[in-house]
Amino acid sequence: MSEPQMVMYEEEFHKIQGIVEQLVKASNAKVVFIIDKNGQLIAAAGDTEQMDTTSLASLTAGNIAATGGMAKLLRENEFTTQFHEGENANIHIQLVDKRVILVVIFDSKTSLGLVRLRVKKACEHLSTIFQELMAKALQPGHDSPFGEITDEDIDNLFND
Amino acid sequence: MSFINYLSREINCKIVYYGPGLCGKTANLQYIYGKTNPQARGKMISLATETERTLFFDFLPLALGEIRGFKTRFHLYTVPGQVFYDASRKLILKGVDGVVFVADSQLARIEANMESMDNLRSNLIEQGYSLDNLPYVVQYNKRDMPSIAPVEELRTMINGGNVPDFEAVAINGTGVFDTLKAVAKLVLTELKKAGSR
Repeated sequence: MSEPQMVMYEEEFHKIQGIVEQLVKASNAKVVFIIDKNGQLIAAAGDTEQMDTTSLASLTAGNIAATGGMAKLLRENEFTTQFHEGENANIHIQLVDKRVILVVIFDSKTSLGLVRLRVKKACEHLSTIFQELMAKALQPGHDSPFGEITDEDIDNLFND
Repeated sequence: MSFINYLSREINCKIVYYGPGLCGKTANLQYIYGKTNPQARGKMISLATETERTLFFDFLPLALGEIRGFKTRFHLYTVPGQVFYDASRKLILKGVDGVVFVADSQLARIEANMESMDNLRSNLIEQGYSLDNLPYVVQYNKRDMPSIAPVEELRTMINGGNVPDFEAVAINGTGVFDTLKAVAKLVLTELKKAGSR
């Protein structure tokens, strides 16, 4: 496989969730979420109940992938920041460490300048945590829970 | 690249439907969407042109059930089949855990199938994967059409690796779930192998 397995443990999850929640407050945003580059949702905070975060996660990842493809054609390493402005809602998308994507959805209650400033700070913290997380996942002794499953377990999933 | 979340006890995997233009990749997802309990699936997203040809991808999140207390979630994606969308196809293959190759059984599409299979192989290599090591299955779609190639012939041409293969008519659902179950099983078996290494 070309990339290491992404694994999320309780300790790191709480740290990440803390940063995301803090970012919602500090930037006065509606929703903040973090996804991996494949579109899997890692953490979310704010007014998420009204939002289809799974779909948003997959579309954001597609967006980042497409932008990354354009960057490559222009011999750029990556475009790390994107901003989409709407009539009522705006989206700020930031690539962190080429690994995860930090998405902030906000309205007129705050400003792009403030969001950018707070995102920058949050990125520094997130970068450290994800580096630790990747190192931890590569250590021996953190076996996948799937090592113990049997063929029968897998078959049972499809008995409907 | 699957994603294991120990906190929410979830495992997420990505399956990509690949194949030549108009072979029925989107039709597979539409059928699955229509026949799955709404609680077990999310919204289906299609980024398509005005003429309903896939432009970037279709996306369907699906929950299959629990294994040993872990919820298994599959994210199904299709690629745009038309030859000139190759840059988009490469992007969608990133982080793939399993592939379904949907072949068009019609005689007139034999060459298109082979071209798409070659394209899949080379795009996977570019992403650092090899089709020989990746869970994948083949579906011979459009078995209801009048001038189709015999399955044996299609098998020789595009299933040299002898992976599980299925005859299908995606628009009425024939073979759709058999194909999905087979690839999901292979993906989970691969996770099991990786976990016990």
